[in-house]
Amino acid sequence: MTRTTQTRTTPAATQGVGGTAKISVQHVRKTFALKNEEFVALDDVSLDIADNEFVTVVGPSGCGKSTLMNVLAGLETPTSGHARVDGADVTGPGPERGVIFQQYALFPWLTVRKNIEFGLKVAGLGKAERREKAEHFIDLVGLGQFADALPKMLSGGMKQRCAIARAYAVDPSILLMDEPFGALDALTRVTLQEQLLDTWSREQRTVMFITHDVDEAVFLANRVVVMAARPGRIYDVVDVDLPYPRTEEVRLSPEFAALRNRVWRSVYHQTPAATRP
Amino acid sequence: MTASTVRPSPDRPRAAGAVPGTGDPPTPRAAGGPRRRASRRTTVRVLNVVSIVGGIAIWWVLALAGFQFPTPPEVVSKAVELWQAGTLTQDVLASLGRVLTGFLLGSALAIPVGFLMGWYSVARGLLEPWIQFFRTIPPLALLPLVLVLLGIGELPKVFVIFLAAFLACVISTYQGVVSVDRTLINAATVLGAKDGTIFARVVVPASTPFILVGMRVGLGSSWATLVAAELLAAQAGLGYRMQQAQLYYDLATIFVGIVVIGILGLVMDRLLLLAESKLTGWQERR
Repeated sequence: MTRTTQTRTTPAATQGVGGTAKISVQHVRKTFALKNEEFVALDDVSLDIADNEFVTVVGPSGCGKSTLMNVLAGLETPTSGHARVDGADVTGPGPERGVIFQQYALFPWLTVRKNIEFGLKVAGLGKAERREKAEHFIDLVGLGQFADALPKMLSGGMKQRCAIARAYAVDPSILLMDEPFGALDALTRVTLQEQLLDTWSREQRTVMFITHDVDEAVFLANRVVVMAARPGRIYDVVDVDLPYPRTEEVRLSPEFAALRNRVWRSVYHQTPAATRP
Repeated sequence: MTASTVRPSPDRPRAAGAVPGTGDPPTPRAAGGPRRRASRRTTVRVLNVVSIVGGIAIWWVLALAGFQFPTPPEVVSKAVELWQAGTLTQDVLASLGRVLTGFLLGSALAIPVGFLMGWYSVARGLLEPWIQFFRTIPPLALLPLVLVLLGIGELPKVFVIFLAAFLACVISTYQGVVSVDRTLINAATVLGAKDGTIFARVVVPASTPFILVGMRVGLGSSWATLVAAELLAAQAGLGYRMQQAQLYYDLATIFVGIVVIGILGLVMDRLLLLAESKLTGWQERR
């Protein structure tokens, strides 16, 4: 039931980059040496993501979803195949690809404001400009009262909002999120999902969002990519034709339930990979 | 007289790999809010005072009971006498001068070397065997050799202190650099930071707690080494004074020496602890 995906445009992407995909993954294979044996983390993965599309990737552990993200972030090199962003091969990490980590990865010795300014400082922006930009993104994620607090004072949800603001501040053209809400409790997670979509609707970016939560995958995405393990591969792709803004009403609608069930079956009842010759 | 009777530093050397900056003494999280915590702290303070007063009382009683101790008033008057004669100040300055020179030079070299070892595997490969080897030798054990090579002036004493401080701090700094959270480095990389920036803005601040723990251990070890070195070869200093007093069976002076060494060590350790809390207050404490 594996479906190959081809370049496609979603409603959100009609004004995009003239037919070419924003993110293009072509036949990417990634293997790791594992005690005399080769572990195939990604096996011939191809995926195109259009400009301003929100794609979630869901799958069991070991399916290579984080590896796929690391390849796009430039933190890992594919064994073969290409990963391209804006038509250029990914050769290493860069500020045009913002990454949000599950463990927040805030610099604990810097305040919220200084964390958000970090990338701007690296880019060589002046003090006034840095401050102004940081202010904008602090407000965007609603951390105004905590601008001068250290990360240790923040709750998990606030830390992740700070990390999102920090990634946004350097104005990346795509955002890669690696299970960003995975460490949060269920209630905080729902709130942050709504806030993320709110931020995204105001500052449109192409997003690839990794998760292991089926509800989250469906709620956020234009399109859900389901991956399977051993070897890591794309198993199914589900379009989510639910309107934005995604309100609680959407979350409780029968259409949402139907899509959720469809993705659920894809994730939890995967047929094993055909043995390759 | 053996050097081991001198316990100059209040510092319990902590393993370099231990979680740094977790405070000293460890304050348990009080469950009952600030008031209860404050009252508990008062109780602890009262107990501290009771313990100190009690200890001095026992000393006094033992002295009066016929042990060969001087009584506390005798020690105090001896201290005043030495102070007025100028010898106490002279000895304290001589000892402090040596320990601070050796300690500062040792730490100043240990920090860059520790960073090099943590950051470049070539430096690690070249330096680690030597550091691991010398770490197992108490710096004092090198004193006979150093005395022969460097003479009996200030240099050999400063050198062994330098070695003591350097070895304690270099291991700790190196540990700090290698244990920097990989995710933080990745986060800086994806924000566009290059190697130099990552080093200055991520690796250095992230290893600061480790460096400070190394410096505290190094200071304790320097102080211990100093006093023992002075016992063996010096013309001034607290250790020297005690050595001389031993010859004349002057127990009061020995007691003054011990108390002053303890107080100075405690003050220096508290100063570093203060620096630690200022510089590493950002750490999350669990």
